[in-house]
Amino acid sequence: MKNGPIVGTSVPRKEGRAKVTGEARYVDDMVLPDMLYGATVRSRFPRGKVKKITFGPGIDWEEFVVVSPKDIPGKNCIALIEDDQPCLADGMVNHPEEPLLLVAHPDRHLLPKAVEAVSVEYDALPAIFSMEESERLSQIIWGADNTFKSYLIEKGDVEAVWEAADYIVEGEYTTGAQEQLYIENNGMIAAFDPQQGLTVWGSLQCPYYLHKALMKLCDLPADRVRVVQTETGGAFGGKEEYPSMIAGHAALLAMKSGKPVKIIYDRMEDMTATTKRHPSRTRHRTAVSKDGKILGGEIEFTLDGGAYETLSPVVLSRGAIHSGGPYHWPSVRIRAKAVATNAPPHGAFRGFGAPQSLFALERHMDRVAQTVGLSPVEFRRRNFLKPGQTTTTGQTVREKIDLSKLLDRALELSGYYAKKKKFAEENQVGGCKKGIGMAAFLHGAGFTGSGERYLGSEVGVEACADGSVRILVSSTEFGQGTKTVLCQIVAEALGLRYEDVGIAQPDTQEVPNSGPTVASRTVMVVGKLVQSAAMGIRQTLTARGMLGDSFTPEEFRAACQAHVAQHGKIRCLARYEQPDDIVWDEQKYRGSAYAAFAWAVYVAEVTVDLTTYSVSVDDFVAIQEVGKVLHPVLASGQIIGGVAQAIGFALYEKVIWEKGRMQNGQMTNYMMPTSADLPPIRVYFEELGNVHGAYGAKGIGELPMDGPAPAILNAIEDALDIPFDSIPLLPEDIFAALAEKTASENVVRSVREER
Amino acid sequence: MRESPQVRTKCEISFTVNGKLVTLRAHAMERLLDVLRHELRLTGTKEGCGEGECGSCAVLMDGMLVNSCLIPVLQANGASIVTIEGLASNDQLRVLQQAFLDCGGAQCGICTPGMILAAFHLLSKKPQPTSEEIREGLSGNFCRCTGYMQIFEAVAQAGRRGTAT
Amino acid sequence: MRAHPAEYELVAPRTLPAVLSLLAQAPGAWLPIAGGTDVMVQYSAGNLRARKLVSIWNLPELRRIEILPDEIQIGAGCTYTNLSEHTIVSREFTLLSRAARWTGGIANQNRGTIGGNIVNASPAADSLPALLVYEAELLLVSVRGERRVPYRNFHIDYRRTQLASDELIRAICLKRWFSEYYAQARKIGARNAQAISKVCLAALGRLADGVVDDIRLAMGSVAPVPLRLTETERIVKTKRIDSALIQLARTTAAAEVLPIDDIRSTARYRAAVAGNLVAEFLEHLSVSGSRR
Repeated sequence: MKNGPIVGTSVPRKEGRAKVTGEARYVDDMVLPDMLYGATVRSRFPRGKVKKITFGPGIDWEEFVVVSPKDIPGKNCIALIEDDQPCLADGMVNHPEEPLLLVAHPDRHLLPKAVEAVSVEYDALPAIFSMEESERLSQIIWGADNTFKSYLIEKGDVEAVWEAADYIVEGEYTTGAQEQLYIENNGMIAAFDPQQGLTVWGSLQCPYYLHKALMKLCDLPADRVRVVQTETGGAFGGKEEYPSMIAGHAALLAMKSGKPVKIIYDRMEDMTATTKRHPSRTRHRTAVSKDGKILGGEIEFTLDGGAYETLSPVVLSRGAIHSGGPYHWPSVRIRAKAVATNAPPHGAFRGFGAPQSLFALERHMDRVAQTVGLSPVEFRRRNFLKPGQTTTTGQTVREKIDLSKLLDRALELSGYYAKKKKFAEENQVGGCKKGIGMAAFLHGAGFTGSGERYLGSEVGVEACADGSVRILVSSTEFGQGTKTVLCQIVAEALGLRYEDVGIAQPDTQEVPNSGPTVASRTVMVVGKLVQSAAMGIRQTLTARGMLGDSFTPEEFRAACQAHVAQHGKIRCLARYEQPDDIVWDEQKYRGSAYAAFAWAVYVAEVTVDLTTYSVSVDDFVAIQEVGKVLHPVLASGQIIGGVAQAIGFALYEKVIWEKGRMQNGQMTNYMMPTSADLPPIRVYFEELGNVHGAYGAKGIGELPMDGPAPAILNAIEDALDIPFDSIPLLPEDIFAALAEKTASENVVRSVREER
Repeated sequence: MRESPQVRTKCEISFTVNGKLVTLRAHAMERLLDVLRHELRLTGTKEGCGEGECGSCAVLMDGMLVNSCLIPVLQANGASIVTIEGLASNDQLRVLQQAFLDCGGAQCGICTPGMILAAFHLLSKKPQPTSEEIREGLSGNFCRCTGYMQIFEAVAQAGRRGTAT
Repeated sequence: MRAHPAEYELVAPRTLPAVLSLLAQAPGAWLPIAGGTDVMVQYSAGNLRARKLVSIWNLPELRRIEILPDEIQIGAGCTYTNLSEHTIVSREFTLLSRAARWTGGIANQNRGTIGGNIVNASPAADSLPALLVYEAELLLVSVRGERRVPYRNFHIDYRRTQLASDELIRAICLKRWFSEYYAQARKIGARNAQAISKVCLAALGRLADGVVDDIRLAMGSVAPVPLRLTETERIVKTKRIDSALIQLARTTAAAEVLPIDDIRSTARYRAAVAGNLVAEFLEHLSVSGSRR
C-alpha cells in the first residue's frame, strides 16, 4: 500500500511551487494576440435618470469600441437570484459607480482619458443612504417597500417569556461595511468566436455562476459559453458574484469588437465599485431568569443590501440563522430583513451574515451577564447548547459537542482568570488599561437547509493509462487549499501517493458543476463527493477483476493500463444526495439548517492606550472543534488569516461613505492591519468527526471571521468599563466615549459639590 | 492650465535583470513595474495597489528593496534589477522559497513574489533575524490571506537553515 | 494606472549644475522628482499636473552626509534608509532617525528622501517636526548661488514653501548641540506601519537644577504646516515639572494646535492626543532628567 497517512498530514501545496517562483499565472499575466483593453464608464450619481451622454472632445472615438445597453444580445441583467441588477444601467442609475458604458482600445494607456471624456447628464432623484432612511419609506428605491427579503424564524412561545422574566435586557449593535481587499484586483479576459462561442478567463470563485449569467446576457446556449478560472489572488467572497459583472462587460466588448478583451480594475475602481460586506443592525430583547437562564427573546436583524438584490437574501438567511449563536433558546422570534440603499450592492464576504449577527449576540451575552450579575463565562456556560437540545431553527444537536469543556480549554490556554485578576489590579494605575474578553460561537458549513440538494453538486474523478488520477470539480483554489485537500482525499481513498493525484483547472468545458466555492463547503461536501467518486474507481477496477482489495500503487497503475486498453479511460462521477436526517422547511424556516456546525471559543487580550486611545490586541487564542483536520498547516493558516481579517473588521477597516460612494478607496486610506498590527494568534483544534464530511471534516474557512470582533470588544469593555456596540471601533470613538464619560462625571461631581 | 498633450518619444533604457543585460525603448515615465511585466514579460512581479503600499510589486534594485510601481524606468537605467524569477535558479528552490512551501507562507500567492523578495532582502542584511526584525522587515508587504504568522515562520526557518540563498 | 506615460517628459541630467541650469531656463516648468514616493503616487492616480519632470535621484552632490565639528549637513537626496543607518544621525539626532524608520515600509524608506519630504510639504510628514526642534537650516541652491535659510520659516502655508521655482534644497544643516537632550518621537497613525500620521510629535527637553532648562516641541498633522508649539514651550520653560504643570501643558498644547477633521481622523481627537503626547513627554522628561 501507500507510504502512510496522507489525510491529516501537511503535504506540500499542490500549486505551491509555481506561487513561490513567480510562475503562477493570474489573469493580468495573460495576453492574447490582438487583445484590446476595456474600461467602464460609471455613474457619478447615486440615483437619477440619465438624460444625455456626450462623447467629449480630445479623443479619437473612431479608434474605440463602445458598448452601450443596446449592444446586449440577451437580457440586460446579471442573473443571480433575481434579474434586477442591470449589466449596464439603462436610463436609470441607482448607485454611484454603476456601470453605464464600456470602452475598449488596443492601447491601455488611452482608456482613463476616454472614460473621463464621457460626460453624462442626469436628472437627480432623491437617494437614500442608510437602513433607517430605507425603512422610513420616504423614498421607494426598490420593489414595493425597499425590502429585498425578509424572514421570520419562530420557536416556542415568545409572548409568554416576558411575564416570566426576572430580567429583560435590550441592546442594539451595528457593524459597518468591510472591503474584502484581496490583493489581486478583479480582472477578466473574454474572447468570442462566432462558431466556438464565448470564452472567459479570470479571477473568480464560481465558474458556473458566470456560465449561467453569461448565457442569459449574451443569449448563448450552454455549450457555447466556456468559463476558465485563472490563478486567483485572494477572493474571500468578493469574487463570488461580482465576477459575473466584469465578465459580462469583457464579453460584450469581445462580441462587439471581434477581438479578445481584457478588463483589469485598478485598486480604486475595485474598492469603490465592487461588493463589500453588508452593514448590519441587530436589536436584541432577551428575557432571562434570575439564575441566568435565557427564557427567550426577540432578535431583529437588518442588513443594508445596497441598490440591487444580488445575494442579500442568502446573506440574510445565514445571519438570521446564526443570530442565536451556540445557546439554547427555548423560545425565540427572529425577524430579519435586507433593505435597499443607493450604494453599490453589498455582497459575499467570508462569514456571509454570521459575523454581523454573532458580533451582536456575543456583545449582548456580555451585557446580559452583567445585568444578571454573572460573569461572562458563567452566563454562557449556563446557556450553551447541549447534545439533544435544539437550535433556534429547531435543529437537534446530534454530535457530542461539549461547549463547556471547549470554554474551559480556551480559558486555560489564554490564562484568562489570572490575567483578568492581574489587569484589574494594574488598571488602577498607569496610562494603559488592559482587558480580556471572549466569544463563543458556531458556524454552519455547506449551503443552508435544502441548498445543497438544490445545488445537486457533481464531481468526477478519472484515471489514465499511466495510473495518474485527475479530479474534475468546479471548486476553485484561491489560497484556501482546495487543490491540496481534494488531492489528499483522493490519494487516501485510492491508496495512492499524493504526487500521483492531480486536479484539473476549473474550466466549464472540462469539469462538472460541483457548486460554488463558498459557504465553507468545499472540503466537507465536495470532498465527500470526490471521496465517493474515487471509491467508485476502485470498485470499477475491482469489479472487472483488475484490482484486488488491497494493492500497491504499481498494481493500481497496471490496472488502469489494462482498463484503458480494454475499456477506455475510467471516469467516475458522484452526485450529491441529501442525507435523510437533514430535513428543512423552507416556508417556516425551520429544521436542520446545516449538515454540520463547527464550534469555537475565542479569547482576546487587549491594551487600550489612554494617551492615543488606540487598541492593540496582545494575545489571541482561537480554539475550535472542526470535525477532522485534514491538513494542519492549511487549517491553521485559515484560522490565522480569518482572525486577522476579523481584527480588521473590529478595529481598523472603516469604509468612509459620502452619498453612497466610498471615499477612501486606496490602500493608503483603507486600513488593513499590517504585520506590525497583529498579535501572535494561537490556534488549537478539537476533532469530533463528522459523518457528512470527507474523512470527518467540517467546513472551517469562514468560522474564524465570526468570533474575534465581539471577543475584542468584550475585552475593551473589560479594560475600560465602557460598552461599545458598534464596529469598526476606532481610537476616535474611544476618545469620544471617554471624553463624554469624564464630562458627565464632572457634571455629577459639580452637582455633588453644589449640594 | 494644461498644455495640450504631446506624445513624447521613447528613450533607450539599459539595465540588467536577473543577471541579463536588457536594452529597450520606453517612455521615461513608464513605471518599472509595467516595463518588467509588459515589455520583458516577467509577470512574477505583481500590481496590487499602484500606490507603493502593498509591496506586491517589490523588486531589488542595486541590492535595495524597492516598489517598482513607484519607479520611472529612466531611473532604473544602469541599475541591476532582481525579480522573483531571478531567485530560483536551476530548479533548486532557494532555501527561502522552500521554507515558504513548508510553512504555508503562500496561500493565494499574489503577495508571495514581493514577500519573498522582502524576506530575501531582510535575510541578506540580518541572516538570523529576531521576530521583531522579521515583523518590521516585512511590514511593507501586505498579505490578506495568511495573517502573517506562517510567513514569519518561513523567514525564521530560512534564517535557521543558514543561508537565504 | 491612470496616466499616459507618453504625455510626460522625464530627464535625468548627471550633475547638480546641469539640473539647476535646466530649472533656471524654464522656472516652474520642470518638477524635480527624487525617489518618487510622493510624485509617482499622484502620477499613477492621474493627479499629477506637471508634464515635465527632472530626476534628481542619486545625484552624488545630494547624497552626501558631511560631518563637521559642530554641524552635520545631510544631502537632501539622502533616503530614509540612509538616515536610519547613519551612525551619527542615529546617535545625535534620534528624532530624525526614528522618524525615518516610521515612514512607509523598507521599500519606501529606500527611495523616499528627506528633501522630497520637505518640499512635498505635507503637514503629516514624519521627519519635519524633528527638523523644527533641531532648528535645522536649509541650504538652497540655484544657478544664482546658494542661500541658507532657517527651516522654521520655510513653510509659508499649506503645501507652500519658500523654495524659488529655480531652486533645490541641497542640504539640511543640523547643529550638533542636542546629544545631551532627552528626546522623544511619537507617531500616531491608524496602524503601526505604513500609515500617514494623525498626530506626530518630536520633542527635546533638558533639565537643569530640577527645572526645565530648554524644551522644544514640534508636531505634524495638527496644522497646515509642521508646527512648533511655542506657547506650550513658554509655559513650561523654567518651571519644575509637577502634575499641575503637566496638566497645564496638556491643555495648552491641545488648544495651541489647529487640527482639522479629515479622512483620517477628527480635530477633537488630534487635539486631545496632542495634549496627551506633550504630557507624556513631560512625565518621561521629569524621570529621565537630562539623560537621553
